[in-house]
This record gives sequence, structure tokens and C-alpha cells, in this order.
Amino acid sequence: MRRIISLLLENEAGALSRVAGLFSARGYNIESLTVAPTEDPSLSRMTIVTRGSEEIIEQITKQLNKLIDVVKLMDLTEGGHIEREMMLIKIGTTDGNREDIKRLSDIFRGRVIDVTGSTYTVELTGTGDKLDAFIEAVGRAQILETVRSGVSGIARGEKSLHI
Amino acid sequence: MELTGADIFVRCLRDEGVEYVFGYPGGAVLHIYDALGQQDTLKHILVRHEQGATHAADGYARATGRPGVVLVTSGPGLTNAVTGIATAYMDSIPMVIFSGQVPTHLIGNDAFQEVDNVGITRPCVKHNFLVKDVKDLATTIKKAFYIAMTGRQGPVLVDLPKDVTAQKTEYSYPKQVTIRSYNPTVKGHTGQIKKAVKLLLSARRPMIYTGGGVILGNAAEPLTELTRALGYPITNTLMGLGGYPASDKQFLGMLGMHGTYEANMAMHGCDVLFAVGARFDDRVTGNIEKFCPTAKIIHIDIDPSSISKNVKVDIPIVGCVDTVLREMLALLKDSKQKPDHDALQAWWHQINDWRSKDCLKFDTTSGLIKPQYVLQKLYEVTRGDAFVTSDVGQHQMWAAQYYGFDKPRRWINSGGLGTMGFGLPAAMGVQLAHPQDIVACVTGEGSIQMCIQELSTCLQYQLPIKIINLNNRYLGMVRQWQEFFYEKRYSMSYMESLPDFVKLAESYGHVGMKIEKPADVEPALKEAIKLKGRLVFMDFITDQNENVFPMIPAGAGLNEMILL
Ligand SMILES: Cc1ncc(C[n+]2csc(CCOP(=O)(O)OP(=O)(O)O)c2C)c(N)n1
Repeated sequence: MRRIISLLLENEAGALSRVAGLFSARGYNIESLTVAPTEDPSLSRMTIVTRGSEEIIEQITKQLNKLIDVVKLMDLTEGGHIEREMMLIKIGTTDGNREDIKRLSDIFRGRVIDVTGSTYTVELTGTGDKLDAFIEAVGRAQILETVRSGVSGIARGEKSLHI
Repeated sequence: MELTGADIFVRCLRDEGVEYVFGYPGGAVLHIYDALGQQDTLKHILVRHEQGATHAADGYARATGRPGVVLVTSGPGLTNAVTGIATAYMDSIPMVIFSGQVPTHLIGNDAFQEVDNVGITRPCVKHNFLVKDVKDLATTIKKAFYIAMTGRQGPVLVDLPKDVTAQKTEYSYPKQVTIRSYNPTVKGHTGQIKKAVKLLLSARRPMIYTGGGVILGNAAEPLTELTRALGYPITNTLMGLGGYPASDKQFLGMLGMHGTYEANMAMHGCDVLFAVGARFDDRVTGNIEKFCPTAKIIHIDIDPSSISKNVKVDIPIVGCVDTVLREMLALLKDSKQKPDHDALQAWWHQINDWRSKDCLKFDTTSGLIKPQYVLQKLYEVTRGDAFVTSDVGQHQMWAAQYYGFDKPRRWINSGGLGTMGFGLPAAMGVQLAHPQDIVACVTGEGSIQMCIQELSTCLQYQLPIKIINLNNRYLGMVRQWQEFFYEKRYSMSYMESLPDFVKLAESYGHVGMKIEKPADVEPALKEAIKLKGRLVFMDFITDQNENVFPMIPAGAGLNEMILL
């Protein structure tokens, strides 16, 4: 089962390593992890994407809650939510493929943000699936570099994670 | 008036009510040692190895319920302490460890005696802090004690860079602290508690299983009252011994890998299992697939993550065991529902049948000293009222099986981490806390050598510990597994080139005795107890081939014990 867990944690040195250390010590898997400060500079917001049986997810949330630096936690996958990931992708171009890549990036609502004689760099935002699909469509052979932000998520509607 | 960080440190500990600091000096903590040396309310115990400091503080905490306090220097001082910190962490023992650190401007520079103290200890503490500004020192210390002592207790480390202990600021110790991200639950959910009482009363084959949480949560009294009111059978884990009086007829002994036949069979056969402050450890459950197949389970624990971690429970209750048990007791008194008398009688009949196997019997005809016999005699001679610490191995299991603990905080052992070397330094902490009581350290010739240097500390502080060395010339527990599961290939489990323990004890200024005949066991113990102010090292030469029985082999269920 894939789960997206959102955390508010103290914006303090070491808080990130406590979370990362918990996952490695207990053998939980992390598909992605993003973290940055919030509008309240004393708090960071973290989004973790993980996989596991129901029992494991229950343990993960309990163990995270037990960390002193974790202020609040929400399993976004328990309700309606929105997830987004941003990708920067550098693609090798030739006279033959430039047009195709431009068209593809339009279809995926990406933007070409940097151009050289032999490369395009495209910015693309969406769910992980959409980013995967774009990579497939471009074809691995032409990709020089991809950078993905990892998933950020937020609950739909009035539900929100704040203190 | 402005004080230095070092003076603030001393004042904080005094204001926190700390009695003893167990420690060892070094460069990074010299300012602190200078401040410590200029006062005498706070007593410092100079150990001979930092591992000893942590175990001693740990023993003190287990015996008193107050936090143990440790002070070590940076680098090797802290790394030497890690084993003891991890030991305390696994058993949820409240402890605050202060480690020296290189000055803040050198952190990260591979400076002399620098290690990442916060990083190294992170997986084995409840929380840790690095103090970068003397202005944060007093509040951080307060927070450290608060976190260590509340919720599921545990060790907290405070890392103190040397320059911070020299900087000055105004001192005031906060009366209390709040931490927005830390609010341990105390009171259990009333609805769940009601449901639990109802289920308990409807049981036909009930079983109560309690662990270290009862000891740590000071809940032996309500537990005993509740158990007696119900008339149900009860078992304790290794960590929970003393939570219910061992001499009571409702007590079935310890459960688990080396638990009694009756306790394990009753666990396997029960229809309602009432788990209190216990965590369904693998040494207790045996094969989890076969665990309590017919039971509905109620579980009280202060730590939500202990609930449904290994075994799915039906009625979870998060809260202090003490308050929850008292609430249950009140409900029970008001309840019209009573346990089914006939069903309970039939269940006791069955249990007494299992009991009649007398699973702890052992051969008494061999002419060799049986380790079990030594422990039985220790129990008799001390009238079951000693504080007993132990190391790790066969002797630990025998102590747990044959010394019946009637009171909490009397049985002091490393259950979770299983740390050899724990027994002697832990006994120092216990003896300091209880100077008038008998403190016995049950150990083996393997374990005792892991912290033997503390014999010197015992002399300096006049700690009259009675060391019971069950000397089988083997790493007995290893040998036992090799006998059973490796076709008697005894690889590296013999212990040769042993010191003459009598001379060793004497050279440290203590009394040594060597006991080789069963008839000498009791007189030796009596004599040792008579030597009131002296540490006595009793080297019992025991039957080399004795094994711990009964036993649940790996992969088996609680109903598949090997009996002698
Ligand atoms: C620090 C440490 N190292 C290794 C072990 C593994 N171990 C468990 S029991 C044991 C043997 C202990 O021997 P001894 O102290 O002589 O006690 P006995 O089993 O003979 O009673 C060993 C090596 C351990 N528990 N702790």
C-alpha cells in the first residue's frame, strides 16, 4: 500500500536525521521525502511517501509521532488529497527531434526553460505517474539528466495540518 | 549574578534534586569538574570505565525510580558510554547523560577527541540535545529531565561544548517546561477501560501477563489488588518480576523462553489475555504465529507504538498503567457482574495440573554445586528481601527463576539489550541508593570480567556488594545453545586462563571466597552477609554442564517447551 504521510516538525538541526534514521533503523522504506520550512519559520513541513502493509503503516505513524521533534502528523492517503511533484529534465536535441520534444512538453503542460544548440531543459509538474509518462514518451536514450523534487502533498477541502 | 555554564550545570542538577552523578573526567568537561570539585551537595562517583558509569546510574534509577545521571567527556568518553545508554534505552530507564564536546567553533573539524555525540547516540536515546549557547543551558537540562522521566521513560543526552561551560549568563532554573510537540498520554480512554473490565469478567480461562511497565509505572500495588480481587492467574516477564509477589499462589512464575511450564501453557490456553505494561517481546511470545491462539487480548501501555506492534490486540488502552489499573479496580468494585466461578475453578484445576510437573526441579544428587541451589540458598539466607542485580547468561535466567521477588525494583537486570558487564556497576548504583540493604550481584565468570575494574570503585566508596559468581568455566548460555543446536561443537564458549578470583578480590581490597562443595554454599553466603561493611566476592565452582530448563526452542510455540 502506498501512503503519503505529512509531518510538521520543529525546524531544528537534526530533526531530519531523526526521521531518516527512524526509517533506516526500522527497515521502513522511503519512496520520497521532501522537506522545507513553512510560513512559521519554527516549523518544517515534510512529506514522506512510503509503502507497507496496514500494520507497518500504523507502526510508522506511531513511531514518527513518538519523535520529540514531530509536532503533528497526518496520513494524507486517508482522505481526499492532492499530490504534486516537480521535475527538471534535460534532453539532448537534434534537428530531427526538437519539434517533437517541444510538442510533447506542451501536451504534458511542461515548459522549456533553457535551450542550447544541443539541449532542451523542461520543467514539468504533476503526479509521479505523469512525470513517469513524460519520461517514457521522450525515451530514455535522449535524456541527459532528470531531477525530481519528490512528492509534496496537501489535503483537499478544509482539512489542514497546522498547530 | 552571572554564572559560568559549569556552575549553572551544577546548580541545575542540585535544583533538580540530583543526589549522585556517575562520571569520569576529561579535557572537554574540565570546567564542569572544576565546578563539581568546589561544592559537596552533589556527590560525584568516580567509576573506572564510562560503561560502568552508565550502568551504575541505570541501577540507581531502576532501584529508586529517580533518574540516573551520567557525566562523561567527549570522544572516547562518550563512545565508552554508548553500551550503557543503549542498555537503558531498551529497558526504558530514565537517565540523563551529559557529554563533553569540543568547543563550538571546532565542531565538525575532526578536532582532538571529537565525535558526533548527538549522531552516535540518536538511535539509542529517547531524545538528545546539543547546547550551543549558555543561555539555553538551564532550560535544556530541565527539558532533558522532563523527557527522561515522563511518558515511556528513557535516556536523554545533553551534549555540552567546552566553551559553553565557560560562558557566563544569569541563572534561573525553570520550575517546569512545556514542549509543544511532546504531550505524553496519562489517562486511559474511559470507554476502552469499561470494555476491558467487561471482557475480563466474562473470561472463562483468563490470564494476566505483566511486564516492566508495571515496575517503571509504580503500579505493583493496584496490579496486586486487581489480580487478587479477580482471583486470576498471573505471570511476569523477565522485566516485570516483582510486579506481583512471587510467593503468592496466584503467581505462575515467569513466562517466555525460560519461563515456567504452567505460565506458558496458561498463556497458550487462555481465552482472555490481560497484558499490562508488557511489549510482546520475541523472547516472550515464542513463534508469533502460534501465540495465544484462542485469546482475546487487552493491552495497557503508555507507549502507543507498543500496541499492536507484534501481536494484534482487541482492546488497546494507552495510558499510565497505574491510573488505568486504579480506574479498572473502581469499576470492578461497582460491577454486578462476577467472574464465572465454575469456569475459573476448572481453569485453576488445569493450571495446577501443569504446575504439578514441577518444571523447575533439578538434580540434587551429583555432589557438584548446582547453580540453582546457590540461588535457592541466597533466597533463604536473605529472606527474599535482597536487591539482586545480574549479568547476562544462564545465571541470569536461574536468578529470575529461583529468586522469588515479592517487591518491585528489587530485580535489576538488562532484559532488552542483554548486556554482559551490567551486573556489578548496576549493583553500585543500587547500593548507593540503599546503603542499608543487601545488594547481591549474580554473575558468571564471563560477564564479571567485562566490568571487573569497578571493584576498585567499590573500594573507594565502600560499597559492600555481595558478588555471587556462578563459575562454570564456560560462556554457559552460548555453550547450552551449541549443545542443543550445533551438535555440541563448543566453539569459543569455554573460559580458560581465568584469574584466581579470590586473589583478585583481595588485591582490590575486598574479601574473596572460593566455594567448591554443596555443603559449603549456605555457610559461605551466611558469612558473606555477616561481613556487613565488606564487598565479598564468592566464587562458586558449579556444575559445568548444567542447562537452563525449561526452554522454548526457536520457532516453537509457548505450548512446545522442552522440559528436563
Ligand atoms: C556484551 C555481550 N557480549 C556477548 C553476549 C552474548 N552472550 C550472551 S550470554 C553469554 C555467556 C555469558 O557467560 P557467563 O557470564 O559466564 O554466564 P553463564 O551463561 O555461564 O551463566 C554471551 C557471550 C552478550 N550478551 N553481551
